[in-house]
Amino acid sequence: MYEFLSGPMVWIAFIIFIAGSLYRIIYMLQGAKKDKIVFPHMSFKHSVASLIHWMIPFNSRYMRQRPIFTIISFAFHICLVFTPIFLLAHIVLFDESWNISWWHIPDEVADWMAIVVIAGGIFYLLRRLTDPVVNNVTDASDYLLLTITVLPFITGFIAYHQWFDNRTMIILHMIAGEIMLIAIPFTRLSHMLFFVFTRAYYGSESGYIRRSKDW
Amino acid sequence: MAEEAKTQEEKPQDKRPLVSRVPVKDKEMLDLLLADRGVTYYEEMKKFPVDTEAFKKTLDASCKSRIRTWLKICAHCGMCADTCFFYLANDRDPKQVPSYKIQSTLGEIVKRNGDVDTDFMINCMDTAWGKCTCCNRCGMYCPHGIDMGVMFGYTRGLCFSQGFVPHEMKIGSGMHWIFNAQMDVTVEDYVETCEWMVEENEEYYPGLTIPVDKVGADIMYVVNAREPKHYPQDLAVAAILFHLAGESWTVPSKGWEGTSLAMFAGDWACCKQQVENVYAAMERLKVKRYVGTECGHQHRATITEGPYWAGRKSGDPPVPGLHYVEWVLEALETGKLKLDPAKKIKEPCTLQDPCNYVRNHGLTDVTRKIMSYIAEDFREMSPNREHNFCCGGGGGMNGIGRYRKERNIGLKVKRDQILATGTKFVVSACHNCWDAIRDLEEVYKIGIKWSFLKPILLEMVIVPDHLKPKEEEEGANE
Ligand code: SF4
Ligand code: SF4
Ligand code: SF4
Repeated sequence: MYEFLSGPMVWIAFIIFIAGSLYRIIYMLQGAKKDKIVFPHMSFKHSVASLIHWMIPFNSRYMRQRPIFTIISFAFHICLVFTPIFLLAHIVLFDESWNISWWHIPDEVADWMAIVVIAGGIFYLLRRLTDPVVNNVTDASDYLLLTITVLPFITGFIAYHQWFDNRTMIILHMIAGEIMLIAIPFTRLSHMLFFVFTRAYYGSESGYIRRSKDW
Repeated sequence: MAEEAKTQEEKPQDKRPLVSRVPVKDKEMLDLLLADRGVTYYEEMKKFPVDTEAFKKTLDASCKSRIRTWLKICAHCGMCADTCFFYLANDRDPKQVPSYKIQSTLGEIVKRNGDVDTDFMINCMDTAWGKCTCCNRCGMYCPHGIDMGVMFGYTRGLCFSQGFVPHEMKIGSGMHWIFNAQMDVTVEDYVETCEWMVEENEEYYPGLTIPVDKVGADIMYVVNAREPKHYPQDLAVAAILFHLAGESWTVPSKGWEGTSLAMFAGDWACCKQQVENVYAAMERLKVKRYVGTECGHQHRATITEGPYWAGRKSGDPPVPGLHYVEWVLEALETGKLKLDPAKKIKEPCTLQDPCNYVRNHGLTDVTRKIMSYIAEDFREMSPNREHNFCCGGGGGMNGIGRYRKERNIGLKVKRDQILATGTKFVVSACHNCWDAIRDLEEVYKIGIKWSFLKPILLEMVIVPDHLKPKEEEEGANE
């Protein structure tokens, strides 16, 4: 079990993640080519401007209007993406198999980052349950996706602290992580892949066609 | 028996169905619809079936990557909620959240690939026209740039193709098919109105003309059909200001109308033929520039979106297109029009930013610079510029009887915005906004006045000596 999950299954998950993502992006771009509107509306300058403006916290009017949500969202997303990539324990695995390694976050910091993701997940969950607005646009898949997203961090956190049976925890952590990788291209989590594109499109449409800023 | 046969014979004629999947292209049908006032129309609609086969085909052909991606990646985060004035005006009703509105209509249609029923389509119609003005404000605030305004525009097209379209919108697109204008004003009517307005005013402005079809003029001026139909004085004032500014200008006969109710109706084919008429006039008259009247959606239809309907690769109309406010500012800055500073508006006043040329075409500073010429105490609404709220009557909403109640509720946001400025005078260079503000005064009685730019300018403009009438100078405004 352990061998399979830490060996072939990692391969499978990564291949599905990468191939699936490429497929989704290429398919989307192919489709966009057929859409008379999309490419004629694109402008490099406005795409970049929009992306930069939306990646700076508190830069858009909307972010300033809801400071708490903005802080939590930025913290959640940053920790979500960077913790797994720069975690020493992950890099060591790559180093063992392929002899490649890169800079890593100190473990104590990574620990806190995992807590941020978990706390963010709880915040989102409560928000979905209690805010009538969000509740109304929520369906079962939202809870499922939230679980898929946060589970690798919960299991990873427990495994790092060696609570419960460590081997079982690591197995659960690997399963959770692999599920998440596979889910990204095929679910609404794909907003991670498409963010750059949709932002670029909207920025272009605003700046180039509508001559307005979009932040 | 004989009688029965007779009624049967008459049936097809008497009972020509009012609801259909095709646009209105003949006068007889148009008159039937006008006479009906929507009563039988909406009754018929309740029984009108959805052609799911055709619906699938329409979806395959028109629902492209952009919209599918938007629908797929929406994170259901609800960040767009309080960007929509309908949501705010309806006491934060979760059913008014943009992403909910679109997911429960277009989202479902796409998910079920067109396999929906009549009730579903009526709900779509009531949402696409009764809960959205296509003001595109929500898109600006969605982190992923998901534009519900654009998607509702598209949903309207789908509804139209299945016959589920508000009565007035069906008529609106029909008018464009038959008259190439949003109202029943023919080319002859229009040209006559021009002549009439010259006759009425040339006494006060010697040499005043409205040159029809003058080839090679600098400016081609295009109007909104309401002007010749209900406010011909607006056309006269436009002519007077061009005259005083010494512009070389013309109005086209065919192609005189710049608006497009077809756009709000979702009749895509009609949008194309409507705007092509205007482009043909530009080319026929070999003008240097286009100036459209004080109307927001005229600008959106002819200048911003029109080029794509007409399939123009450049994305631009055949000649550069200006909104009236752009021309006014240019005339003021170059000194073609001189205003009497003593006549500036003294009382505090505010400005309505019409989404159709502000958020959707960036003309934010232009109107503000004009305000500095005409007002002593100009106060901004909040939020303003591209963040401004829709007046509440856009997207055709002002004209649809079925959604009058919803419209009036929506007006609350603009009412409160105006009240917060502490001013009693609203400048609005857009027909729709002007109407909405008029109606909001009628409904909520907050004691405001409102005006287009033209009457204000006419009041203040200095008539150059050589253009003054012989006896005495006297304003010709009403
Ligand atoms: S449309 Fe945008 S802001 Fe609204 S719920 Fe979807 S992702 Fe969030
Ligand atoms: S386009 Fe405007 S009216 Fe329509 S949902 Fe968005 S904010 Fe509301
Ligand atoms: S009426 Fe004016 S403010 Fe309202 S949608 Fe149209 S342009 Fe925008």
